[in-house]
Amino acid sequence: MFDSHLLSSKISRRDLCKVAVGGTLSFMLPGFDLKAAEKRGKERRKSVIILWMGGGPSQLETWDPHPGTAIGGPGKAIKTVVPGLQISDMYPLLAEQLDSMSVIRSMVSKEGDHERGTKYLKTGYRPEPTTVYPALGAIITHQLPSSQLEIPQHISMGNTQFPARGGYLGGHLDAFRVPDPGRNIGNMRAGVEAPRQERRLENLDVVSQAFRKGRTIQTQKTLHQSTIDRALTMMSSEQLNAFEIEKEPEAVRKAYGDSPFGRGCLVARRLVEQGVHSIEVNLNGWDSHTNNYTGHQTQAAILDPAFSSLLNDLKSRDLLDSTIVLCIGEFGRTPKINPLDGRDHWPTGFSCIVGGGGLKGNLILGETDPTGKEKTPVDPVRIQDLYATILQKMQIDYTKELISPIGRPLALSDGTPISRLI
Amino acid sequence: MKSHARHWNVVCLPLCVVGLVVTLVTWASSSPVEKSPPPLTITEDDTFTDTVQQVNQFFESQWTEKETPPAATASELTQLRRLSLALHGTVPSLEEIREYESLQGTNRLERWTQKLLADRRFADYFSERLTRAFVGVAQGQFIIFRRDRFKAWLSDQIQDNTPYDELVRKLIAGEGLWTGDPETNFITAAVADGNLDRNKLTGSTVRAFLGQRIDCAQCHDHPFDHWKQTDFEGLTAFYGQVEVQVLGVRSNRKLKYEVEDRMTLEQREVSPRVPFLAECLPAEGTLRERLAEWVTHPDNRRFERASANRVWGLLFGIPYYDPVDDLPAPTDLSQSPPGLLDILGRDFRENGYDIKRLIQIIVASRPFQLSSESEFATAEQIDAATYNWALFPLVRLRPEQIIGSMLQASSLKTIDQNSNLIMRGRRFFSELNFVKEYGDLGSDELNDFPGTIPQALLRMNGEFAKDNGSASPLNSVGRIASLDVSTEKRIETCYLVCLTRLPTPAERDYFLKQYQSANNQQQRVKITEDLYWALYNSPEFSWNH
Repeated sequence: MFDSHLLSSKISRRDLCKVAVGGTLSFMLPGFDLKAAEKRGKERRKSVIILWMGGGPSQLETWDPHPGTAIGGPGKAIKTVVPGLQISDMYPLLAEQLDSMSVIRSMVSKEGDHERGTKYLKTGYRPEPTTVYPALGAIITHQLPSSQLEIPQHISMGNTQFPARGGYLGGHLDAFRVPDPGRNIGNMRAGVEAPRQERRLENLDVVSQAFRKGRTIQTQKTLHQSTIDRALTMMSSEQLNAFEIEKEPEAVRKAYGDSPFGRGCLVARRLVEQGVHSIEVNLNGWDSHTNNYTGHQTQAAILDPAFSSLLNDLKSRDLLDSTIVLCIGEFGRTPKINPLDGRDHWPTGFSCIVGGGGLKGNLILGETDPTGKEKTPVDPVRIQDLYATILQKMQIDYTKELISPIGRPLALSDGTPISRLI
Repeated sequence: MKSHARHWNVVCLPLCVVGLVVTLVTWASSSPVEKSPPPLTITEDDTFTDTVQQVNQFFESQWTEKETPPAATASELTQLRRLSLALHGTVPSLEEIREYESLQGTNRLERWTQKLLADRRFADYFSERLTRAFVGVAQGQFIIFRRDRFKAWLSDQIQDNTPYDELVRKLIAGEGLWTGDPETNFITAAVADGNLDRNKLTGSTVRAFLGQRIDCAQCHDHPFDHWKQTDFEGLTAFYGQVEVQVLGVRSNRKLKYEVEDRMTLEQREVSPRVPFLAECLPAEGTLRERLAEWVTHPDNRRFERASANRVWGLLFGIPYYDPVDDLPAPTDLSQSPPGLLDILGRDFRENGYDIKRLIQIIVASRPFQLSSESEFATAEQIDAATYNWALFPLVRLRPEQIIGSMLQASSLKTIDQNSNLIMRGRRFFSELNFVKEYGDLGSDELNDFPGTIPQALLRMNGEFAKDNGSASPLNSVGRIASLDVSTEKRIETCYLVCLTRLPTPAERDYFLKQYQSANNQQQRVKITEDLYWALYNSPEFSWNH
């Protein structure tokens, strides 16, 4: 009874899927050449890479140093290629690569808790119990779906407690998580050799058939099988190569640094070349309540080579014009150094680096009080303003309202674009 | 000679210490709970049967009126699976299935339900569900918020069957330290950034206990219900005197509740006021004690209706009214006949707000027992039947149910508090990691949510699938593969363990052929693994039906 053509012939399920998809859809699609790297000008869509600094980096030991002041700590500042811009001397490589990037030193938030802060900074909306807001990457994926990608369109690399979520837009927009990028593409490869995988899928057909009896319509509605089919397509997609950094020259891999974050940044660049639009790379370990300075030295040793190589690579491949890069964490750290030589949470007047994708570069926005007494920075910028800016640059109407599940209309971002960046 | 002795010391001492620690940990973690004796009789009074009958009549007249004939009754094994999934978050073990099959006499399912409710796994599983509803999933500010303590406390309350109204009063009015008096974590969960967010407390109180979403009334009047912004402020004022201090959560009668007027931007004092049923508000007690009495007052029907709706939702996977915390206002029962939540709510109230009884009533009534199979030909007919509970809905299992089932199916024996430490540890960490990777649903877990590709990949290729689906002497795949039984029995066992049913004749023949083609034990093991893989990944496994 189950001796269907699946069993008697040697055609694999994958082939069948291809035939099925090919037969119905292929004439509607343009050629399957979707590599962003091969496109130019308007034809190439923009991507966003967010380098997420989990735990909240100190602005004073990164992009807003105040050397020699009471709050400055033991650190020094160095000049960068951007005239007038000085950053912490822990970032000599990055200092050479910041042209066309901008530094915002006046980010303000109202959330001083890691979880709430992360949710706010990743979505542009302060967390509340009845609505789960989508992260920026999910909004972009939702607004600019890519029909030709077989691999996930929204990817989060490295370990993180709070990965970018799809929120009310749906779980299918949650970032696809790759905890150990460049080493392990996780669940995207079958656990057994091809012949056994074939047998498993045939078994699955048999077991599913019994369940469908008397529940044909309901089972179809579950989309269980179509989700599995899409997962199988992904598992055998050539686009998965984007995750394999072994193909990169050793010198390139070395330049990014031998760390999960470094490998993640390299994979991020490969994903952008492949045409993925929303990528997050996580670097944790910034929560320096004790020994802030040495902690930041450790972090800088990871961030400096990775971030600078990423910018360098994007520029040399002419991808920075179409790729917005944002480096930010959930908040900054107190100007005051505590008795344990640490700095605590500081949601006002912290810094981020943003640029690329056509945003204006070489700018320094906002400034903080060198004495640390004045809490509010000059020209405060809220995260929703930054996200409105990014969305606008990606040709997404950020004022567009979507209806949340409780029937409330919500704008993609309720911020105002930062005019100096556009 | 002396140095020799020292050598012995160097070797033995750490070993002794390790041995001692292992012994102590094993002893300390051994369960004090004895296996509950098999229930012998069921004590079912007239009021119980009355309520079940009323529920059945309610649905039967609805089915007639809407012309949606009910589906056939589901098999006992299917109902067994539903019960274990709803009450323990797993599929039943082979051990449990066998025990059930050996039960004699009538009312087997009702007696079985009683047994499941007495099991500690029920208290633990339900406490996590209620914890989500009351304080969400956020870990919050560790120093003053201890979610683990809160959950453990709730679990004890459920195990002791504390009346639900009493439990809720403790949450609202509790005083003390979040560690020693864990119910106070309900209050400290609302601390963000060192400040107590009283609006959040009001929002969760009304949502969790009265089934109303009034959070929006914090800033403006509710768009379609009767909630006004002043209602919200008046309720919040009941939390106006609660303080979170070094010594814990306490009331400070000197505190006044003030809000910034949105028009004048001036501070104005708000006095506590309830939006309806003012006669239910007692005059005595602290502000929170008075609020607690009002919320759980027998005349405040929103309380019983919200409770019934939530428990219904936890049993079926979808609440009777969706979303679970935005119910329509109760109707005047002198004008219109009682709805389902009124019937269940009244029984709940009149019988000491007994959660276990409420569960048993729902389980004993017809909608829970109906099959999910039908002969309807169109999607509209199926939607109508499902909407009227004439057909058991297909509901996607939540992440913790999937991993719970996967783990349980990887063992032939029941995994519970009597399992060994390694097994329980494995369950604890697997669940934690899997739920995280599968996508935690948070406090909205009763909402419908779509399946995703990463979830399919995780089920097919993930570490958990590998661990639980590769034969080893310790797991069920390995043990079934090496059992000295007929091939038919082997296939049957796989099906019972994973899907709680026997294979159809067609399925049996199909897999028999595979086994017959095997030449050696190694191949048979692989066939068993591949059969398991298919069962784990089938829609039947990850949907409640």
